[in-house]
Amino acid sequence: MVATGHVEELVRRVTGDGDDNDIEFDGLRITRDESADDEFTFTLAIDGERVERTGLDADGLRAVLAGEAGEGDETVDAYVTNWHYWQETVGGEGTARRAFLRWCEDAPLADDDGAAVPARYADLRDGIDREWGQLRITARFVDGDGLDGERAYDLWHVDDADADLDDLETYDEPRAAREIATYDEDGRYRPLKTAPTLDTGWAFTGLSGTELVDAVGFFYPATIANWHREREGTLDVDHWSETASRQSGIYEVVSELPREAVDWLAEACCVDSQCLRRREWEYEEGDDLDPDGGDGPFPCREPCSLVIAAARKWAIAESETERTYELELTPSERNQLEELIDAVADDRTDEIREADVNDGANRYRARYLRAKRFADGELEMREQ
Amino acid sequence: MQALVIAAHGSHLNPDASNPTYAHADTVRETGAFDEVREAFWKEEPHFREVIRTLESEEVFVVPLFISEGYFTERIIPRELRLDEFEPEQWESDGTSASQVTLEAEDVGKTVHYCGPVGTHDAMTDVIVQRAESVTGDPSVGEGVGLAVVGHGTERNENSAKAVEYHADRIRERGRFDEVEALFMDEEPEVDDVTDFFATEDIVVVPLFVADGYHTQEDIPEDMGLTEDYRLGWNVPAEVDGHRIWYAGAVGTEGLMADVILERAADAGAELGDAIERVRQITSSATESESDPERTSQAGD
Repeated sequence: MVATGHVEELVRRVTGDGDDNDIEFDGLRITRDESADDEFTFTLAIDGERVERTGLDADGLRAVLAGEAGEGDETVDAYVTNWHYWQETVGGEGTARRAFLRWCEDAPLADDDGAAVPARYADLRDGIDREWGQLRITARFVDGDGLDGERAYDLWHVDDADADLDDLETYDEPRAAREIATYDEDGRYRPLKTAPTLDTGWAFTGLSGTELVDAVGFFYPATIANWHREREGTLDVDHWSETASRQSGIYEVVSELPREAVDWLAEACCVDSQCLRRREWEYEEGDDLDPDGGDGPFPCREPCSLVIAAARKWAIAESETERTYELELTPSERNQLEELIDAVADDRTDEIREADVNDGANRYRARYLRAKRFADGELEMREQ
Repeated sequence: MQALVIAAHGSHLNPDASNPTYAHADTVRETGAFDEVREAFWKEEPHFREVIRTLESEEVFVVPLFISEGYFTERIIPRELRLDEFEPEQWESDGTSASQVTLEAEDVGKTVHYCGPVGTHDAMTDVIVQRAESVTGDPSVGEGVGLAVVGHGTERNENSAKAVEYHADRIRERGRFDEVEALFMDEEPEVDDVTDFFATEDIVVVPLFVADGYHTQEDIPEDMGLTEDYRLGWNVPAEVDGHRIWYAGAVGTEGLMADVILERAADAGAELGDAIERVRQITSSATESESDPERTSQAGD
């Protein structure tokens, strides 16, 4: 039995003053025919089938909405509470917040079909899981059965999806996300919020829609806004050349970075192993960069401040002229140099076991190479 | 709906640089005066570039958490927020008097009230005085005490020193402290010689910086001779050349800074109800617990 308040609110809405009080939302349709003495037509569209009641007066409509006219209580209830949640609780027609919350439960968005109300309600009783970067979001009913249609959202790390809640630190205040997002599991600062290094061991439970959007905003700032713009076809991508030429002060130099170096930069910084945003910017319109932009759900619309800061370093370094050096290395030592660079580039140094001298990036192996090939703190070589 | 954006520098290297920004934003959130409150950064996220689009409010008040008018307030922030119509002349400022200018942000079609930096607002004078109270643990500090307001100062931007001198002048006019001086890191008169400028035995030193970091936690304490090595910390007060120096880091970490942020927004037309009074109440009571004259510094990064 649906909450009487929701039925009354809906009846009040369609019988109210004004020209356009018709309801058409997620398959629920109520229209008023003023020319026919204020008769109401009630329609439910369920997976291609339609249930329709015409010629209703206000009381008749009320009875239909309250499930007293033989339509099947649960089905009508679901449509009424679904209307209430989205139109009264969430609101915000056209906003990124609303679109994101719709996406969370696979509800129809402007450009796709999504799931119909009865199917969604069945799924919400179990919880609907979505992934957003390293975040796992579960949309569910506050009361389990969804009698009043109010949703709640749980949020945790994808790697904790199967963890027992008792083993996680639980939070209900979105601002707590700021602290969690600041350090990785080794306690190192994470200046890039979308780096795939989000720490585990925490959960936000029972968030409202607004709180969920706030928490996701603290973990991954502006990703919802840019995702929404992309869906709406209004994502304003600033390519490398535009962003670089806009810089001033100490960053003015980044526009001098050679074309091919921007490919290397993107391969170094902007692939999925380093950042979960999907790179949509290229060198410039019509001149794409070589590396793949990634598969993340949310787009990257221009080079970020970390990329610009690194680009400054590379722009200065790339202004140097190449020279030829001659140095002596055994084949094993040459291989070891490659292993050392790979180990740092792949952030693998912490995993190399103390006594694993088969690994070229092992600490003893590196110290031996330094003892043998360095003099006065520098690699011994001759400049040609 | 109205929103507040606090625009700060942030850091790629130091996780604590944004703490004051978050703390003041949270104080403002508690008042409920704005429908939305966002922190935005040059070096962190959300970046200036992308903050406005995260807001649903049609009216946005942007308050730069910077000390003086200059490169960041006149060039970087307006450019990155896409306030394409902005010219520094619209502020009609003499270097410390920028209040606000109303503009449209091009990417979002919102009204943006772009405010002057917190550091030059008159209310900042009170924060400096409150800082002196909290560092000494004495709510009536002043008589027999000298106050040094310390700024970065730079030959490249005369406004940097103006902001420091402006507040030093205002505090001097109040006659509360025996002596008040404006001192600098990078220009004369220099903070290195702090004891030369005061006859009083007690000197309270308040650095006019937004956040603690390299300057306030390493340079200034070593330059003044509070400690040989910043990593060892220093005493509050510390004895130097027969003076007692009371120094405890950036004024921007003082809770009352949230009041200055609100004052800036109010000057630009934000409707705040009783939020300013409430923030003053919250932050002045918080002072008691925050002030700990015995504490020594934490090394910055």
